[in-house]
Amino acid sequence: MINLGLIDVVLLAFLVAITWAIIQLRDLFAAVMLTGIFSLISACLFMVMDAVDVAFTEAAVGAGISTVLMLRTLALTSGRSNPRFNRLELAPLLVVIAIGAALVYGTFDMPRYGDPQAPIHTYMAPRFIEQSGDEVGIPNIVTSVLGSYRSYDTFGETTVVFTAVIGVFLLLSDPRRGRRAGDALRDDIILRIGTKALVPFIMVFALYVQFHGDYGPGGGFQAGVIFAAAIVLYTLVFGLARAEKIFRRRRLELLVAGGVLLYGTVGVVSMALGGNFLDYSVLAHDPVHGQHLGILLIELGVGITVAAVMVSLFFLFVRRRQV
Amino acid sequence: MIEHLPILQILVPMLTAPLCVLSRRPLVSWGLALAATWFALATSIQLLIRVLAEGTISYELGGWPPPWGIELRIDLVNVFVLLTVTAISSVVLTAAPRSLEKEIAEQRHYLFYAAYLLCMTGLLGMTATGDAFNVFVFLEISSLSSYILISMGTHRRALHAAFQYLVMGTLGGTFVLLGVGMLYMVTGTLNIVDMGARLGEVGPNRTVLVALAVIVVGTSIKLALFPLHSWLPNAYTYAPAMVTAFLAATATKVAYYVLVRFVFRVFGVELAFTALRLDAVLMPMAILAMFIASTVAIYQSDVKRMLAYSSLAQIGYMVLGLSLASVTGLTGGIVHLFNHAIMKSALFLALACVVLRIGSTKLDDLRGLGQRMPLTSAAFVGGGLGLIGVPMTAGFVSKWYLVLAALEGGFWPVSVLILLSSLLAVIYIWRVVEVIYFQSPPEGAAAVKEAPWSILVPTWILVGATFYFGISTSLTVGVASKAAALLVNGDAP
Repeated sequence: MINLGLIDVVLLAFLVAITWAIIQLRDLFAAVMLTGIFSLISACLFMVMDAVDVAFTEAAVGAGISTVLMLRTLALTSGRSNPRFNRLELAPLLVVIAIGAALVYGTFDMPRYGDPQAPIHTYMAPRFIEQSGDEVGIPNIVTSVLGSYRSYDTFGETTVVFTAVIGVFLLLSDPRRGRRAGDALRDDIILRIGTKALVPFIMVFALYVQFHGDYGPGGGFQAGVIFAAAIVLYTLVFGLARAEKIFRRRRLELLVAGGVLLYGTVGVVSMALGGNFLDYSVLAHDPVHGQHLGILLIELGVGITVAAVMVSLFFLFVRRRQV
Repeated sequence: MIEHLPILQILVPMLTAPLCVLSRRPLVSWGLALAATWFALATSIQLLIRVLAEGTISYELGGWPPPWGIELRIDLVNVFVLLTVTAISSVVLTAAPRSLEKEIAEQRHYLFYAAYLLCMTGLLGMTATGDAFNVFVFLEISSLSSYILISMGTHRRALHAAFQYLVMGTLGGTFVLLGVGMLYMVTGTLNIVDMGARLGEVGPNRTVLVALAVIVVGTSIKLALFPLHSWLPNAYTYAPAMVTAFLAATATKVAYYVLVRFVFRVFGVELAFTALRLDAVLMPMAILAMFIASTVAIYQSDVKRMLAYSSLAQIGYMVLGLSLASVTGLTGGIVHLFNHAIMKSALFLALACVVLRIGSTKLDDLRGLGQRMPLTSAAFVGGGLGLIGVPMTAGFVSKWYLVLAALEGGFWPVSVLILLSSLLAVIYIWRVVEVIYFQSPPEGAAAVKEAPWSILVPTWILVGATFYFGISTSLTVGVASKAAALLVNGDAP
């Protein structure tokens, strides 16, 4: 009935095992590392499903930056979970089982996995596959959908990231609280040299992911995260004081807001030129050129905001003194 | 320009938020935010006029036709919700600065205004969109920003309240996403109108029923329907005064709208009330909410918390209207959405005045408030009368339609229960009235001034609206009854 390959079975079994281990572990450091592995395996699973862009994002965000942020949080709080929360609670368990059973029940009438006759493959997909080449004119259909057909959603998601950083600015930048915690690993010569060698390559790779998103997997979200990863690595080794010489709070705020504004401005300009909001076709003499230009600019906006947000989050966490 | 109105009212607050961040000045960012909210209000009035004259407006984002692109779809139902959200946001924000000065450090005001605008953006986006996944995207924006706004309360427990809401709200959002995913799987489309049409062909299979169930549970969490309400009392109690006034009147209302939209226009009356018997679940929950929350409200020693429980009861009335699954019932629910929004934000603004001058909303500290702050006290009584549902107030109008709908549907005991639960509201409002008018101020209490005009005027505008819409119902009931007909039958009369 279900056409799962061996690889799916193995990956899914890994996910179950990791989840079980996370629940059992008291050591939060190990739990956080396992969540990173969980994300990496999810990314593999998405790869198997041919969802390369999703896999890329999951690997960069789930396995990469969010693991770092969680580790940083552990450094501020405690490395072990409170045993008080490890009791077995009967009522929540029953609720969870009931919901789980309902969800399983809901799978019974789902179209089969990979069925070419499923509605998702027969209704909207044909136009995206057959016509996006003429209408949008870029080879990566995923980017066409995210960047043009459903660009408004992507604008919304960029705003979500922006909202998140507003929250962290408001909550963690208490001026009465102390400045920066310990000064990293500068004394370790291997780390220092290694980091100096790696950072430029990571940045170039981020730019490649940013601008190659039209052709292959990638785009602003992934590129922003990768670019931020370079700065996070630098900060870990050389300390916050040096990193902040370039990335001051004021500049980061400017970039965070600037990316969202760039995205919105593309939409507003297309309205001024007689199209609807985010209709890139009016941006140039030729609709397909307009689409290219529009997608390039909005992806840049996404990249700037995401990178600046990730760096800001990391800095604010590092700056926070242990409580 | 006029054809861009649907997107402009979302876009202007959305892009003003980063501008607030760039400005960094409290006064400048407040000015920007104020301009954006009032612009959005003017836009939604324009939209209401256009929808009444010409019918549903569709706006294709990116110029792509639905279902391939995302569509904003403004009809009589959501234009009414848009009007509610923008009106409350504008009035509350106008009153905000004096109250914020006391509660939040000044160097953070610009970020606060940005979060406020983002929350408003999220709520407007969820309401205006015609796309099911887009609902989720804007739900994220509004949820995230409302956690932030709540966490800004002065009490340490504000952080805990915000976290509690974050956990529950994330669960709610996940359920909604799960449901949307299942619907996409069986219909192949994300456009709400299209989804409804194609779901009719699929019929009530097991996946569709589970999708309906998870969407109802998800929105009920955001709506704080009993027994999924646990986040609300703390959130409303510990949030800054202005945030409570804003969120109490908007966030749960939009969640109610989303629930109504999915139940009636995606799943349809047939599927929701025959195949799943949603009424058999929602009606008892609504009635329990009306009674339990009102009873708990009577025993509160903090007036802000008391009003939070009262909100839970009022949510019960709105859901009751939905569960009756009739045009009259839904009219009552939608009218109550609007009426409760103005009454509750009037009451919470009055409490903001109290917090500003007295520094507490404990019932004990309000003794003799009638002499010390006569205008604030009178405003509280005005809003309270509306909450009880005294004739000539807005609250009466919505309860009237609910009673009517219950009788029409053959549920006469329910109409008795509506009246009985209103008596509970009399008790908890009277407790406050007694303390502020018939008890003398505490010994040695410092003399206090009446609240500043900048808050009093907005408060009284809302109190005035409570009475105005209790007498003139042509706007509220007029629009809501047509909207209800549109939802139940698919076309306006």
